[in-house]
Amino acid sequence: MSDASFLRLERLTLAYGDTPAIKDLDLSIGRGELVALLGPSGCGKTTTMRSIAGLLKPRSGKILLDGADITRMPANKRAVGLVFQSYALFPHLSVFENVAFGLRLKRIPGGELQKRVQDGLKSVGLSRFADRKPAELSGGQQQRVALARSMVMDPKVLLLDEPLSNLDARLRLEMRAELQRVQKESGITMIFVTHDQGEALALADRIVVMWDGHIEQIGTPEEIYNAPASAFVADFVGFENVFALENGHLKTPRGLVGLSSPAPVGAAGLAWRPIAVQMGLGPYQGTVRGTSFAGRTREYLLDTPLGIIKAEADATGSSYDIGEAVPFDLPIEGAARLSRFA
Amino acid sequence: MTSRILSTTILAVVMIFLIGPFFIIVAASLSAGETLAFPPQGFSFKWVLKVFEIESFRSSFVMSMMLAIFGTLAALVIGTPVSYALARYKLPLGEAIRTIVSAPIIVPGIVVGLALLRYLVIPFGFNLTLALFLAHTALVLPYAVRVVSASMANLRSDIEEAAVLLGCSRLGAFIRVVLPNIRGGILAAFILGFVTSFNQVPVSLFLSGPGIRTLPIDMLAYLETTYDPSVAALSALLAFMSIGIVFLAERFLGFSRYV
Repeated sequence: MSDASFLRLERLTLAYGDTPAIKDLDLSIGRGELVALLGPSGCGKTTTMRSIAGLLKPRSGKILLDGADITRMPANKRAVGLVFQSYALFPHLSVFENVAFGLRLKRIPGGELQKRVQDGLKSVGLSRFADRKPAELSGGQQQRVALARSMVMDPKVLLLDEPLSNLDARLRLEMRAELQRVQKESGITMIFVTHDQGEALALADRIVVMWDGHIEQIGTPEEIYNAPASAFVADFVGFENVFALENGHLKTPRGLVGLSSPAPVGAAGLAWRPIAVQMGLGPYQGTVRGTSFAGRTREYLLDTPLGIIKAEADATGSSYDIGEAVPFDLPIEGAARLSRFA
Repeated sequence: MTSRILSTTILAVVMIFLIGPFFIIVAASLSAGETLAFPPQGFSFKWVLKVFEIESFRSSFVMSMMLAIFGTLAALVIGTPVSYALARYKLPLGEAIRTIVSAPIIVPGIVVGLALLRYLVIPFGFNLTLALFLAHTALVLPYAVRVVSASMANLRSDIEEAAVLLGCSRLGAFIRVVLPNIRGGILAAFILGFVTSFNQVPVSLFLSGPGIRTLPIDMLAYLETTYDPSVAALSALLAFMSIGIVFLAERFLGFSRYV
């Protein structure tokens, strides 16, 4: 077993009734990696996570962890931790007892148990709250209890379900830093599920973009952000103008349109972020249909022979009014080259 | 303003209607006269004291207590897992099970009693005590399922999954995580079931026999032969017992949250 495939999913398939939730999923995750499963709701990311935890039984395929096949191993024997989106703290137990829960089941002797729980609470900065009940804590504190509760068990893999989605903006930044710190200090392998590309980009070493039960792309945050491989990924990370290529032309809802420079060889499609659309100059003509101020930039909706184009321009430059005709360009240099278009 | 007066009046009438009989019984039981009457003649505790001397009341009280305690416990042993299953799983016959379990509330007690007598006791020579126990268990079951279900509804299922991932078996998770969190509901169901069983008349009516009588049936029988205020005294005592139980339950459990 190499460190690069500490956790491996092999052709994992899982279905609810007749509808497959994930299909033939292959994924390798290295020891100590922090990986994000990113995708819209219903893409299979949560199903994937729950089957790693053993809460769902796959129809076929394998899950290998640390060299062992755990596909049929019951959830309570797997040494996989899960921090639930709702935290799932035990309401009748104190913070201390919540964290001690798993250790008591393992019959860890009193002295060691005390120490491990206290260390766990200390690592998330909650030592003072040991005697409180979960209901007496804020959402952020509850989540840290849930984190400590999983961490004290020394799981081989820690799964986190939408770890930041229930927190307000300020807490989210705090928790993000906290997760990164805990992960660095413990060296634990972490997989978190999110539908928020910003979270995935900021937090993960590697991002697995999922859609419709399969993996669309795996890559570093930079790769996913700058070089989406498919139309879906491009759209998901903010390339709002996505076109397939056909015979060197852009395939638009209004027919094939020529490019301002030769199309790159081998690309199945091209995608532009709104900011990459060059306004004021270029071979295409559009009419402004809508405009909104976004701080440093101004956003435009352009009605063009290529369909609706979303553009964004520096707010300090010239601005255009609704109804105004504007020339624009889609420069090849600013485009993401999609190797797949599906 | 007029609507306020109207609603206050209605409230007062309802309260008098509900609580009035209780005061009448208390007053009648403190009578010094020889027959059950209201207004009471004179004042004395002799009928209250007499209650404790009547042998059959003592044995039927024990019978009723046993039935109420063990019948309710049995109903909870059956009803708690049923509530759990109904709350957690989308059972194919979930609604049907819910209806069947609730049936004893809807079917008149007199029908239940007669049915048990006709189809269990007479053809199979079923022991009357056992029949009574079964009847009371069945009667209390709907309350057990209703009240426990209500407290299950507020309990998220992911805490069980969390417990499993921390090393519990499914059953272990139920015992360590679910039960402690629905403890209040179970206790509330017990109290409600106990009171329901203890005060039950129509079902028990058919399932009485020589030496086997619940207290309410025994009181009825006593009234048929002896018309003295001791029955009123016993009723008053029982009412105070129920009030005491509910008061303690409210005080320590917040009983009204569950019922």
